[in-house]
Amino acid sequence: MSPAGAKMGAVTRTLRPCGDTGLLVELETLTDVLGLHAALAADPPDGVVDLVPAARTVLLRVRSAADLPAVVEEVRHREPASSSVREAGGEVTEIAVTYDGEDLDDVAAHTGLTRDEVIEAHTGRVWTVAFAGFTPGFGYLAPEDGDARLHVPRRSSSRTRVPAGAVGLAGEFSGIYPRESPGGWQLIGRTDAVLWDLDRDPPAVLVPGARIRFRAA
Amino acid sequence: MSGWLTVTAPGPLCTVQDVTGRPGRADLGVGVSGAADRAALRRANRLVGNDEAAAGLEVTFGGLGFRVTTTSVVALTGAPVPVTVGERPGDLHRAVVVPAGAEVRLGTPPSGLRTYVAVRGGLAVDPVLGSRATDTVAGLGPPVLGAGAELPVGVPPSSPVPSVDVAPEAGLAGEVVLGVVPGPRDDWFTDAALATFLRTAWTVTEDANRVGFRLDGPELARTAEREGAELPSEGVIRGSVQVPPSGRPTVFLADHPVTGGYPVIGVVLDADTDRAGQARPGSTVRFRRVGLSAVSHRRR
Repeated sequence: MSPAGAKMGAVTRTLRPCGDTGLLVELETLTDVLGLHAALAADPPDGVVDLVPAARTVLLRVRSAADLPAVVEEVRHREPASSSVREAGGEVTEIAVTYDGEDLDDVAAHTGLTRDEVIEAHTGRVWTVAFAGFTPGFGYLAPEDGDARLHVPRRSSSRTRVPAGAVGLAGEFSGIYPRESPGGWQLIGRTDAVLWDLDRDPPAVLVPGARIRFRAA
Repeated sequence: MSGWLTVTAPGPLCTVQDVTGRPGRADLGVGVSGAADRAALRRANRLVGNDEAAAGLEVTFGGLGFRVTTTSVVALTGAPVPVTVGERPGDLHRAVVVPAGAEVRLGTPPSGLRTYVAVRGGLAVDPVLGSRATDTVAGLGPPVLGAGAELPVGVPPSSPVPSVDVAPEAGLAGEVVLGVVPGPRDDWFTDAALATFLRTAWTVTEDANRVGFRLDGPELARTAEREGAELPSEGVIRGSVQVPPSGRPTVFLADHPVTGGYPVIGVVLDADTDRAGQARPGSTVRFRRVGLSAVSHRRR
């Protein structure tokens, strides 16, 4: 089923077409994604105007279709950066959370933990923003120690309105809604932290590489 | 600055747009945005002698009225609308002088969806993250324009208004045919579903905005192994045709989210996304398969 899979050193990647100005590179782990993204961001191939890392993929967008063939060739052989943002360290920002989310009981049931153990698992480690997306200022936070106890699926039906500051879980990630929006994550709490402010530079708190520790308010 | 443009009537939706938007901001969760039909805005800017990156108005389904405080050179492109300048009929696809205080009124386009207005000097609203475009989803750039909105007009360029008389434009009536490259997730769908996707005359539903438009037609079935599966969110681009569990595709336009959580069966050629931006509810869209040599692809 792999359109163009190739084993390159330690990192297997699958190149998937994405129109005439895009390329989707699929990788096996989030660590591989962050490593390849770091390498591409440090030295972007000619013509690349956008890099969008996600859970298992890096999307490259090029200026024009003519740039694509050379970019494809380069990405086939590009080695990931040896140290990803995850290992870079840096200051840890504390975010106070009131753990009264509507899905806290569902998360407890799904993970086999008690409510208190869910809160302990969420507050007991440092989370790193792996990548951003969905809406301005939304960071996908992954636990630095790889703890997998809070892995939960999205809600089976998404909410049309999730309030700003809602703290949620989905897949291997935690996230905070920067503003009111629709959303399908399991909500475990809320925070008053302002995560998006155009008067700041950068306007987002949760930029890739940022390190966060949650504290029960 | 050289005067103001005042909106007297916004029509169904009028926003400030430019052709570049905000590329390279995915680290902030910010998408590209910009004009839905970049080619039309580019032509309008050329007609009035602006840099093609200048900001103009994107008018959805006509209905716009505006005045300028200083006599200005204006051009309209994109969806054809009846236009009046003061009491006189105006022209599309050419530079037109609008006297100070005269009201320009746009009617409803009989075909197409979005008309573009360029003013010589460009709209000089403050850029946000490098662009003057309104991202209707992210809430970036100037707010959606209402009656009474006042927009500063920039200093006219030193170069003269080009002598080109009329810039012709392809008609927007009839079917919209869009070139599409299958993938990146065409392998989530059965061979029959991909064939159906490429063969169907799809109808654009009322569920259409700057994010994209939903299509009505046959359901595109997933392969048995992907039935009920969840795709980890991944980056999407303008022109991505995403298929949610309902099986009816959505074509993403300028204000699409940075990442999407449903499989993309194909991606419209970048140049053709401009025509996709002119597809109006009730109209017919077809997809024409385009091969791509750069990325090898499984055979069907």
